[in-house]
Amino acid sequence: MHLEYNVEGGDFTRAGFASSQIKKTLKQLNVDATVIKRVVVALYEAEVNIVAHAYRGVIYADIKGAGIQLRLEDEGPGIADVDMAMKRGFSTASREVREMGFGAGMGLPNISENADNFSIETTVGKGTTLNIEIKF
Amino acid sequence: MKIQDLCSLVNGTVICGETRLHDSVEYAFASDLMSDVLTVKIQNFILITGLANIQSIRTAEMSDVPFMLLCRNKEVTPDMIEIAKENHMLIVKSPFSMFRCSGILYSAGLKPVY
Repeated sequence: MHLEYNVEGGDFTRAGFASSQIKKTLKQLNVDATVIKRVVVALYEAEVNIVAHAYRGVIYADIKGAGIQLRLEDEGPGIADVDMAMKRGFSTASREVREMGFGAGMGLPNISENADNFSIETTVGKGTTLNIEIKF
Repeated sequence: MKIQDLCSLVNGTVICGETRLHDSVEYAFASDLMSDVLTVKIQNFILITGLANIQSIRTAEMSDVPFMLLCRNKEVTPDMIEIAKENHMLIVKSPFSMFRCSGILYSAGLKPVY
């Protein structure tokens, strides 16, 4: 099963919509609740990152019998120092993002912790792509 | 602890999810930092927060949190209620601060996650 969702940068009213839809799909497919939680926590953090940091992005989800492959491609500023971005507590988030309850430098570490495989491709000035794989 | 008793202890007003008033909860987690809430591994806990916006409800949804206590009578918007209802969540608001709510509920036997 292949799903795609567009995400607009700065639109906090819609942040989490794609994660919510994918959660519903996984529930309908009777995926184990613990696995669903790992998927949606990783995905939601990544979706909020697009809203918080990028201009726009697309979420691609491929669900197969063995697991889910998520690809989040954004057009945005990119990440200048990925090693720093992966450190707990490091954040470049705006005040608005912090007021939403995010931007404490926990997003990427949370994604990494919940994923079986996680990689970041980024180009400063162009954008970032996250690849997240979680096995069922 | 029965949710109904919890509401009485914090002078709570139920915003939505009245059908869950007879449910019970054993654990609570208090935070305004949603990324921190997303690190909690257990399910079936109550989220105590002062953050009343669409993202706190979304975070509860992603974390499988069935109960949410909003402190200091924060306003709950219709779109927040819509998401909460869609996910069969109970939202209760209290005039007390997060510190006071947490203290009362901890003293009454609600367990901390950490």
